[in-house]
Amino acid sequence: MTTTQGIVISAEQRKRARSVGITYLVLAAVCLLVFTRRAGDAGFKIGESSQFTLPAQGFGWALGIVLVAVAAGQLLRGYGKLSNVVLALATAAFFMSFLAWAAAGDSFSFVGMLQDTVSRSVPITLGAIGGILSERSGVINISIEGMLLAAACTSAIGASLTNLWIGTLVGVLTGVALAAVLAVMSIRYKVDQVIVGFAINFFALGVTSFVSFRVLVPNRDTMNNLLPVMPIRIPLLADIPFIGQILFDQTIFVYFSFVAVALATWGLYRTKWGLRTRAIGEYPRAAGTLGVDVNKLRYRNLLLAGAVAGVGGAWWPIGIVGRFDQNITNGRGFIALAAVIFGRWHPVGALCGALVFALSEAVRLKIGNFDTGIPSEFLIMAPYVVTIVVVAGFIGASRAPKAAGQVYEDQ
Amino acid sequence: MKFELRGITKRFPGVVANDGVNLHVSTGEVLALIGENGAGKSTLMNVLYGLYRADEGELLIDGKPSHFSSPADAIAAGIGMVHQHFMLVPVMTVAENVVLGVEPTGRFGSLDIDEARRMVREVSDKYSLELDPDAVIEDLSVGVRQRVEIVKVLMRDAKIVVFDEPTAVLTPSEILEFFEIVRSLVAAGRGVIFITHKLKEALSVADRINVLRRGKVVGEALPKNTSESQIAEMMVGRAVQLVVDKTEAVPRESMLDVRNVTVVEPDGRVVVDDVTFEVRVGEIVGVAGVQGNGQTELVEAIAGLRRAASGSIVLGGRDITTDSPRERHEAGMAHIPEDRQRQGLVTDLSIVENLVLTRYHDSEFSSGIRMKWDVAKTRAKELVAAYDIRTTDPAQPASTLSGGNQQKVIVARELSREIRLAVAAQPTRGIDVGSIEYVHAQIVKERDAGRAVLVVSTELDEVMSLADRVLVMYRGRIVADVDPKKVSHMDIGLYMAGSRPSGAVA
Repeated sequence: MTTTQGIVISAEQRKRARSVGITYLVLAAVCLLVFTRRAGDAGFKIGESSQFTLPAQGFGWALGIVLVAVAAGQLLRGYGKLSNVVLALATAAFFMSFLAWAAAGDSFSFVGMLQDTVSRSVPITLGAIGGILSERSGVINISIEGMLLAAACTSAIGASLTNLWIGTLVGVLTGVALAAVLAVMSIRYKVDQVIVGFAINFFALGVTSFVSFRVLVPNRDTMNNLLPVMPIRIPLLADIPFIGQILFDQTIFVYFSFVAVALATWGLYRTKWGLRTRAIGEYPRAAGTLGVDVNKLRYRNLLLAGAVAGVGGAWWPIGIVGRFDQNITNGRGFIALAAVIFGRWHPVGALCGALVFALSEAVRLKIGNFDTGIPSEFLIMAPYVVTIVVVAGFIGASRAPKAAGQVYEDQ
Repeated sequence: MKFELRGITKRFPGVVANDGVNLHVSTGEVLALIGENGAGKSTLMNVLYGLYRADEGELLIDGKPSHFSSPADAIAAGIGMVHQHFMLVPVMTVAENVVLGVEPTGRFGSLDIDEARRMVREVSDKYSLELDPDAVIEDLSVGVRQRVEIVKVLMRDAKIVVFDEPTAVLTPSEILEFFEIVRSLVAAGRGVIFITHKLKEALSVADRINVLRRGKVVGEALPKNTSESQIAEMMVGRAVQLVVDKTEAVPRESMLDVRNVTVVEPDGRVVVDDVTFEVRVGEIVGVAGVQGNGQTELVEAIAGLRRAASGSIVLGGRDITTDSPRERHEAGMAHIPEDRQRQGLVTDLSIVENLVLTRYHDSEFSSGIRMKWDVAKTRAKELVAAYDIRTTDPAQPASTLSGGNQQKVIVARELSREIRLAVAAQPTRGIDVGSIEYVHAQIVKERDAGRAVLVVSTELDEVMSLADRVLVMYRGRIVADVDPKKVSHMDIGLYMAGSRPSGAVA
């Protein structure tokens, strides 16, 4: 397009621009009415001994007024190409104001919270990559949750009985096994993919709950007791102030998830395998008539998705908690699917989505320590509320792979 | 290279789709395979391309028996196919689509997209197809997409190229370009199999013509010593009337009055742009245009399937702009929709049920909540006989009928009522020559009985021979209103492509 003046916008874009403007007004109202209620300075620790402080009340007033101005600009004129940048900055500032309000008169480890965010994003990211691999190949995979949960259970047992490596491997194999069920049922027997996914989720929940009660609780010390992996400091990189501690003083699971995102991106967009995978997810018959074996590739990609989700499941016992508890995943697999949509079926986008959801969880854990008056039940809801708001409000209509959910039959 | 099929038989449950078919084609010639829908052309091509396994018979390449168990085998043997529904991934680029399956790779299986671009440019330049390797398929016109398909086939070094109904989606000028491409392929030493049901095209481009009927090759002809009507007779098995038999129209008062109608898609695109026309009692108005220029949406606005954003629609003096489809039906409008199976019929319901779909609430067919099925059945029997619907039992689901007979069910349902206006969209799409003749005769009969008729079709021949007045739609607007007897096909073709014949007045 070579339009030099006046960008053509559709009715839908206009509607979205208006609702973003109204969102700014709502945020401004919250700043002015709520965040100015608590006096005192909030301390944000950003290193071993360094911290910065924000005056909760003053910051709330200032940001509230700025947001009103931003809203006026959005509603009257719009920001054109900058509108996403403005949205991101406003959201970040609002978030800081919220933290300042919550921690007014106290201090907390800001860097620790972000470090925790990155760690907690692992299962969501890996689950999302599993989802992307499946849906890009044209198979809807809502059983990520079941794969995470089952892999968490088996890897806990495997790691308790042998070592962490074998435990992780057992988790991977569990993910692959469940993916194989999904693949055979949906590809070979053409069962509705969503129904199979549901069945796998409930199967995983039921079996792991049973194992947890009947096997793991009585044999707590031998079968469900392990020492999780320790963080690995990457020399030099970990010494970068602030960033270093967040990104490069983490467990191997975190590094694996970064590598998985990079590999998945490169694979999908820069390789022969990726071209074929995207083709069979969009228009399988086109690939089929060119001699690509559509269903074989779907089998392979689903098994790969199961393996990646298996690593994500192993994160709970081996990466952080040190044991398996009943329903330990608690819906993270579904949040991973939200991250897939958030990221528009792109691995890097899904990573961003996973970080947003993990952040809301990390914040909840920190805020719980302050006396903010927010009931803890509401804080526990936070990740799910964020999911709904983000997916419904900000993503808008995004385009799923066209053939997702459709059976492919050779003629 | 010589490619030969000998005694190919392919059965599906209950049908013999191909029955001992023999045909051969060599490099350097064009073989046209012509037959009605359901004659077995597509099945035969799928056998040839390795998508189906034949039950009997053999494939010979240069006299040697071969077996194809997948398209990959056919491609390897030098067979290429351009499918009727393009096999292109809409969100990918031309280069990506073309190399799919034969990707040039670098290290670690990485895709060498620069090499792919170069390959596309090379083939595209050689046959002057003018393709941009980086264009995304969904932004391209149908004619360009077809050239992408051709490049795909040539890239795999096909010796024999099969085109399945290639002209169905093209404008008249694109069809001429397409014939040029076919000739250049043959000149470059390739062979072409051209599948079609259009007689004129087979005669103009083929070296030989094979006619398929009910799964059998019933005749072979050379274009220079045969005629359209001879081939049509071979296709149908009896003499066929190819031109519509009708008298001069005697138009009377206006029946349908469409004023400044605009239709807007939810995303803001204007698909019908300020359209005004009228249809008078006793005339057939035809709307010509390449698919996707707003005809579908215009018909939907008239039939009440979608709301016009502005403008008015008046039927016999009554403003129906905001009326529901049923109110329009009751006001005397019949609608033969474009998509037979999605909009015209409920294919899982029986023929009887389909025949009463627009009238089940009349007191004739129901009292209160109770359906009078005996009346409906009697009526269905009458209609089956009157409209020549070929079925053994009207209680069978509509899906058991052939395309032509399904269309007759719709025609019977819509035209057997007391109506004032008939709106027919693509009334003969995909149906056999015999049924086309029948449907056309019914439409002319309606006109002569004093109804107003609006026919929308992308088949230019159909509009030209059936209509008394032709409107041409281009990008949502009516760009011409002409008398079909006074303009040439070529001129209408120019209007359809958005230009204006020289010497024409605005």
